[in-house]
Amino acid sequence: MMINKMTVVALATTFLLSTQALAAKYVIDTKEAHAFIQFRIQHLGYSWLTGRFNTFSGSFEYDEKNPANASVAVEIDTASVDYNHAERDKHLRGDDFLDVEKYPTAKFVSTSFKEKGDGTAVLEGNLTLHGVTKPVTIDVEHVGHGEDPWGGYRRGFEGRTRIALADFDINYNLGPKSKELELILSVEGIRQ
Amino acid sequence: MNQILSNTASVAARSKGFVGIRNTEQRYGLLAIFLHWLVALVVIGMFSLGVWMTGLTYYDEWYKRGPDIHKSIGILLFLVMLVRVIWRILNVKPKHDPRVGSLQIRVAHGVHLLLYGLIFAMIVSGYLISTADGRPVEVFGLFSVPATITGIANMEDVAGEVHWYLALLLISLVALHTIAALKHHFINRDRTLEKMLGVRTQIKTKFHQPKERIQ
Repeated sequence: MMINKMTVVALATTFLLSTQALAAKYVIDTKEAHAFIQFRIQHLGYSWLTGRFNTFSGSFEYDEKNPANASVAVEIDTASVDYNHAERDKHLRGDDFLDVEKYPTAKFVSTSFKEKGDGTAVLEGNLTLHGVTKPVTIDVEHVGHGEDPWGGYRRGFEGRTRIALADFDINYNLGPKSKELELILSVEGIRQ
Repeated sequence: MNQILSNTASVAARSKGFVGIRNTEQRYGLLAIFLHWLVALVVIGMFSLGVWMTGLTYYDEWYKRGPDIHKSIGILLFLVMLVRVIWRILNVKPKHDPRVGSLQIRVAHGVHLLLYGLIFAMIVSGYLISTADGRPVEVFGLFSVPATITGIANMEDVAGEVHWYLALLLISLVALHTIAALKHHFINRDRTLEKMLGVRTQIKTKFHQPKERIQ
């Protein structure tokens, strides 16, 4: 009896530990810049401009056995916007656009994750930008995972979505072709 | 006695009706006068252009042209100010109208120095906005001034704030300088403004001692 009880406890503990180990937490590798938050928007409808946020942090949880439980949270320093043009960046940080003095951070917190079984998934969550929180749907591609050469374990995704500037109360008129921008989130996490 | 002599001298100088290129003890010379009014025009023009162009919408014809002109003029103003400072050092300073009090003279000098300093500070801060990412400043497409200090985080934002608040200070001092000049001309009726106009005006100067002098 005693042994049986012990066995049950031991098995239960092992099971709990193993599920915890599987639903591993990954910290997004911003320290060594293996993660990028980029966006592109059309210029007058004639070309694409690419910019990025240089400072952000975040983490995600992912369990191969139970991917539906995956979650991600990212916080972005809006003042780190970088469009490779100081005057334009200054304008973007001002109150015509991001108003970084009033809204210094933007964030994304996921609410659901559905894998399609072909290496892609749909991630839903709330994006807070310019003081406005709106649900967004991100198309995710699971790029890869495995051991790195330095003793760590990494997993990476790329997500894409489109957001309308007006949804986030950014109403500066950049023209009819520039009402939406594309967000491209490239993240690589290091398993903790 | 001195005052009477200097008044007589100034009347004599004016009666010749000749203003040379160099300053004299009585008045500013043609070059100093030209540089003064050129800079006055540019400073007021640049303030107006700066305020106006930063409020333009993206599709405005002047959205790109306004800043291009603003930056080009800013660099040229730097060269003009250099010439102006050198010319000021090389020339005698016209004497103050003897009826102007010594405190007033000191305040006026302080304001003049600040005006010079602020104009240079405006040019430098503006230059630092445009060159924060290493891009040069183009001057009417003729030549460009390369960036020097770059790579400081959010440099364009800090330089931008400095540029704006200095602009407000500068334009306030321009207003004070203008009001003071008009006050000397129309209320004190002394020669302060005439020295910088290079012309005689119809206003008759009062040959009495203003209060400040009597005290």
